[in-house]
Amino acid sequence: MSATLEEILAQALQELATVKDLIELDKVRVNYLGKKGLFTLQMKALGNLDPEQRRSVGQVINQVKDQFQHQLEAKKDKLAADELSARLASESIDVSLPGRGQTTGRLHPVTTTLRRITKIFASVGFTVVEGPEIEDDYHNFEALNIPAHHPARAMHDTFYFDAHTVLRTHTSPVQIRTMESEKPPLKVIAPGRVYRCDSDITHTPMFHQVEGFLVDTEVSFADLKGVVYEFLRAFFEKDIEVRFRPSYFPFTEPSAEVDIECVMCNGEGCRVCSHTGWLEVMGCGMIHPEVFKAVKIDSEQYTGFAFGMGVERLAMLRYGINDLRLFFENDLKFLEQFN
Amino acid sequence: MQISEAWLRSYVNPDVSTETLVEQLTMAGLEVDSVAPAAADFSGVVVGQVISMEQHPDADRLRVCQVNVGEDAPLQIVCGASNVRVGLKIPAALCGAVLPGDFKIKKSKLRGQDSFGMLCSEKELGLVAEAHGLMELADDAPVGFDIREYLSLNDSIIEVDLTPNRADCLSVEGLAREVALLNKLNWSTLEVDAVRIDHTDTLTVAVNAPAACPRYLGRLINNVNAQAATPLWMLERLRRSGIRSLGPLVDVTNYVLLELGQPLHVFDATKLSGGITVRYANTDESLTLLNNEVIKLDTQALVIADDKQALALAGVMGGSDSAVSDSTHSVFLECAFFSPLAIAGKARNYGLHTDSSHRFERGVDAQLQTRAIERATQLIVQIAGGVVGEISEVTSTEHLPVKTAVLLRRHKIEQSLAVKLADEQIIDILQRLGMQLFDHAEGWHVIPPSFRFDISIEADLIEEIARVFGYNNLPSSNLFMRSELSQVTETRLEIDRVKDLLVDRGYQEAITYSFVDTEIQTLIAPSVEPIRLKNPISSELAVMRTTLWCGLLKVALYNTHRQQTRVRLFETGLRFINVNAEVQQQKMLAGLLLGDVFNDQWAEKSRKIDFYDVKADLEAIFDLAGCSVIFSRAEHSTLHPGQTAKIIAADGAEMGWIGMLHPQIEKALGFDNQVFLFELDQNYFLNKTVPVFSALSKYPSVKRDLALIVHESVSANDIIGAIKNSSEATLQDVIIFDVYRGKGIEEGNKSIALSLILQDDTQTLTESEIDSIVNKMLTILATELNAKLRD
Repeated sequence: MSATLEEILAQALQELATVKDLIELDKVRVNYLGKKGLFTLQMKALGNLDPEQRRSVGQVINQVKDQFQHQLEAKKDKLAADELSARLASESIDVSLPGRGQTTGRLHPVTTTLRRITKIFASVGFTVVEGPEIEDDYHNFEALNIPAHHPARAMHDTFYFDAHTVLRTHTSPVQIRTMESEKPPLKVIAPGRVYRCDSDITHTPMFHQVEGFLVDTEVSFADLKGVVYEFLRAFFEKDIEVRFRPSYFPFTEPSAEVDIECVMCNGEGCRVCSHTGWLEVMGCGMIHPEVFKAVKIDSEQYTGFAFGMGVERLAMLRYGINDLRLFFENDLKFLEQFN
Repeated sequence: MQISEAWLRSYVNPDVSTETLVEQLTMAGLEVDSVAPAAADFSGVVVGQVISMEQHPDADRLRVCQVNVGEDAPLQIVCGASNVRVGLKIPAALCGAVLPGDFKIKKSKLRGQDSFGMLCSEKELGLVAEAHGLMELADDAPVGFDIREYLSLNDSIIEVDLTPNRADCLSVEGLAREVALLNKLNWSTLEVDAVRIDHTDTLTVAVNAPAACPRYLGRLINNVNAQAATPLWMLERLRRSGIRSLGPLVDVTNYVLLELGQPLHVFDATKLSGGITVRYANTDESLTLLNNEVIKLDTQALVIADDKQALALAGVMGGSDSAVSDSTHSVFLECAFFSPLAIAGKARNYGLHTDSSHRFERGVDAQLQTRAIERATQLIVQIAGGVVGEISEVTSTEHLPVKTAVLLRRHKIEQSLAVKLADEQIIDILQRLGMQLFDHAEGWHVIPPSFRFDISIEADLIEEIARVFGYNNLPSSNLFMRSELSQVTETRLEIDRVKDLLVDRGYQEAITYSFVDTEIQTLIAPSVEPIRLKNPISSELAVMRTTLWCGLLKVALYNTHRQQTRVRLFETGLRFINVNAEVQQQKMLAGLLLGDVFNDQWAEKSRKIDFYDVKADLEAIFDLAGCSVIFSRAEHSTLHPGQTAKIIAADGAEMGWIGMLHPQIEKALGFDNQVFLFELDQNYFLNKTVPVFSALSKYPSVKRDLALIVHESVSANDIIGAIKNSSEATLQDVIIFDVYRGKGIEEGNKSIALSLILQDDTQTLTESEIDSIVNKMLTILATELNAKLRD
């Protein structure tokens, strides 16, 4: 190897060693391997030698050039790899930081409960009907077999606007309005706000009820029991004990209160169930013949049942809410809990 | 009604525990609210008698007593009660006794004198809340006898919450009838013999309102001792029913009320002038009641009167002028049947509710009066002595309730209850309920007893059978109901979808009262006269909301007062307004926003919410049903005049409002933040049309940006409207992407930058075609809005 070639290689390798990026690398490549590169010039100078020498010197130059080229490729790979890892390192983020943008809100737990109730009944063909909240005395009381001065009126602490106009005390007037305008068979549920002139730790002057009723030929008390059992088990997603207790509502007969095994203590007895093991969750019964009479449905041909339940009560039991008043304070810290 | 279990069991005593008995009642529809011991737990107290007594040498108020407690030697007990005296029989707690509250009695020294026990008051035995002095026992109380045994304190007080139809159970006899029925036991009502008549004095009785008072009985009892002591057994039974002793005469009437369910009244006969008349009150008549309240009677009020004045509000409460007192020596005892309709509502009219009115308005057995007056007479004579006169009775048979036969058909029972009961079982149940049965081809004719006011139709009888048979013994069907596929309409958007959208956009649903504070209602809607409740629960819940904003603003305040700085709420529900004197109940959707657009976060620079954030939410709602609306600048007294839009539906109707709360109202309510509000009438944005597909163009769309200079008064709506009205078929969309004021733009003008999106269905638009469309637009904008292209 000629001294010059050796010098060139040493110089080339030294330059290669100091290269920091691909651009510098390319400069080095051009400098040695380009058209006017130092190795290229060496090759070109071969022409001046005699053929004997040309082959052997040419071989040496090629070897040196290959050696350099090999080093250059290795350097290139290394630089590319360094560059990629530098980029990856620079682009790494803290994935534990929260996402950005709008957060979502919540439905009110009463709405969520109403939706579940509605969905359960809709699955067997009940349709949802609504009615006015300012209601007349006839639909709220008279047509439901609660004439003026009936002691049952004392059970409803009524808000009045005048002698004939009230805030509905229950969702039962929707039963009357529906039966007035539609012919059996009927399968209806009527959710909504109701009002009682009562306010203390366990009563708010406004709350929600769901009324349900079914009118058809040959509807029996057994059908009522079946629907109520199935509903309560579906609502609480549990095979709970249910009992029917004779009670009194002027617009149903026979009438029943429905108790479920306390969901807080599984019927063992606790504060919530007043240590009875039972919780009253709804009232129901067979639609009273007087009610059918008021809406001109022949009670010899048709029978039916009706039930009514307090939505807040069910929501409280379902979610373990311990104070009715929380529903209407609308404290965000309360509302945010019900996803 | 609350009653002593022992008293009930004195009529009928089934071999079941208290727990089972109570369960039986509850499951028969007579709901037991509570069961409480008749007395608190205590032990070691016996009947004692003071045999001698000396003043304590070192304490003025203490006495050192020798007390016979039935043991060989008397016990020395120091006592401070003022009524302690020699011979008195009292409850004596012996050493080792434990009184209520785990109070242990031990031998002690009081000011140096040994005391081997304690003499007790009723309060110390936990029988009453307040007592003065020792409990005085009857002279015949057996010394040394355990006081719990003597007073029958090992008893329970059962409180039954009766439904209004079961007035027949408002007495011990009534409950006994049910207990006997449920346990298939025989029982009988109390037999009462007529009392011997000893004098001939009577008062004349006239009934001027026979329909309201079909039966009236009264008698004079002379020479009674109004100061006689009511016997302990009666006091205890009254106490266990929650009734305070008011002297022997009133105690007896209360006792018979509990025993038989018949209200009675005693007048002091010497305070009466002339005879008794049952009549409606005269105009301008008033009456001072026993509770010393003076009521002004209306002519609908039924009264018992003498020749001079009204004495009592019939069936409700007596008057103070004719009331018995300690000095009474002659009484007129009244026992009547008032028709439920005559009494119903009367007590409530005067803000009263008494044991008597409670029973009469639900129905008292019209056959009970003779037995009840004899029973009361018997007890008065037994306790307070007296000589008894004849009963004066006025009965109008034609006005007494008539129990007509009710047809009960076998197939109806089966149809209603889905169970076939044997005839014998039905007959047994009904007969035990006191019904008379007469065979009929399809079943029976049933005559209910006089004490059942709730049985007049077949369904009433079927309910009785179901109740006694046991609701839980009746079958329950599987849900095989007639069913049709439900309709799923696509032409109506459900409000639930809108609620979900708002929730997803960060809103919290609120539910607020439909009645609101007059003050906030007036502040928010000063020009609207709200619908007022006649009997609001408080002034804060007095008028029906005319906008849902009232409730939402209150909720926002409630939360900002609790360190919430960002509030986004919505509510759905009715608002109540008068339109042409008619109440309209309109379904609304309203929202309220305050604070930052986003929750505090690391990545996004925070900024306050503004009009356009809220508007975007509404546009998203309208887009759900594809409803086209116009946001038109308008003024609303609640909202900021410069940041308010009226929302106008496609048919031109006003469907809602959006805007910033007026700064003055914001301040008046105490917000320290801008508040944005919206309210929409649900009627207008839930109607939907079923989408119709249109073919997609195969050709590319082009976008051309324009910057226009217009006067400040030109709104975005004007520009977009003008472009859309051009009826350019290739125009797909107009998007405003910048609004600029300031350098380079003359004062009073603004620059609006917008993109036109053009696309043809049949070809690719050429440059010259595009230019010509853009020029057409520019011409329209120049002519209509004086818009210039920005250089």
